[in-house]
Amino acid sequence: MIGGMSRIVKTMTTLIFGFIMVYGFYVIAHGHLSPGGGFQGGAIVASAFALLLVTYGTNQIQSFLSKDLLSMLESTGLILFITFAFLGLGATFFYNFVSNSGGLFGSPTAIGVNPGDLNTGGTITLMNMAVGLEVLAALGVIVLTMSVASETIHKKEKQ
Amino acid sequence: MIGNFPFVTVIILIGLGIYSLLFKKNLIKIAIGLTLIESGVNLFLIALGFRKGAVAPIYTQAPEGVKMVLPTPQALCLTSIVIGVATTALVLSIIMIIYQRYGTINTDEIRRLRG
Amino acid sequence: MKKPIFFIAFLFFIAFMVLAAIGMRPFGEPTISNMDDYFIENAQAETAANNVVTTIVFDYRGFDTLGEGTVLFTAVVGIVALFREVAK
Repeated sequence: MIGGMSRIVKTMTTLIFGFIMVYGFYVIAHGHLSPGGGFQGGAIVASAFALLLVTYGTNQIQSFLSKDLLSMLESTGLILFITFAFLGLGATFFYNFVSNSGGLFGSPTAIGVNPGDLNTGGTITLMNMAVGLEVLAALGVIVLTMSVASETIHKKEKQ
Repeated sequence: MIGNFPFVTVIILIGLGIYSLLFKKNLIKIAIGLTLIESGVNLFLIALGFRKGAVAPIYTQAPEGVKMVLPTPQALCLTSIVIGVATTALVLSIIMIIYQRYGTINTDEIRRLRG
Repeated sequence: MKKPIFFIAFLFFIAFMVLAAIGMRPFGEPTISNMDDYFIENAQAETAANNVVTTIVFDYRGFDTLGEGTVLFTAVVGIVALFREVAK
């Protein structure tokens, strides 16, 4: 991770990492219809960040991913999650006040086997997006911090 | 025909993890033993909620008239995996700080240095 | 002298656990499943989502997910605080 990799790897990475991020956001958004959800989709997007880090080396990565932006995204995700939990306090904590009521993400679903409608889900879909944002930023910050620290330790040991 | 083989597999995984936790001297191998124990526990949780001849508990394009597997142990296993990731990240960071401070990751020599 | 005794005690422990695993209930027949049958029957009517596992994680047991988000956040705070000395 200290130097970059060869030219073939760099070309393939610039072609592919956009598709990996789109696939991760698809898994986050369709969490209430197919297997997946916030945690799984966030891990997929964080693996795209790790691919960029391995290909380009620790020195050049500071222009693509900055630690401050990722840390702010993580805090925003957790605050959004807690806000959606508090908004249903009319009945109880974590009450699903959007489902079966019309409006955004509020349609009812047909009982039994059905092909799946994206407009359903209530607060489950909104919470999926908040938790997905938090997990992707948290894993990105972990990978970036450990890589920069490992290179600093290696440089200090060589002197 | 299968019998209780998944449960015996869980015991083998946990046994390998405890062996590597007790009898190895390298710090990275001890961290790998912790991860093995956590994987064995996750497999045990999912193996407890299985029904013979049942499908996944999702209603989108499911086969008609078939029973479904119990969904609660799968939800608990999801939480357990995320907590395992957080614990492993902290353990590896502490190992990096120990290496920077003492210059070695062999537990016999670290216990002897005491500096 | 201490190492072979530890190893034999460890083998006894593992043999005991394997015997306990063989004597458990048969694999594939859960004994009590009243709560999960209620979840499978009523999840689509009450929460309007097709994926029963996601409704359990975020709607019926959302408090555990709040605790898990806090654990992940605390781990990231701990790692950034540990490496603040190294980066100077």
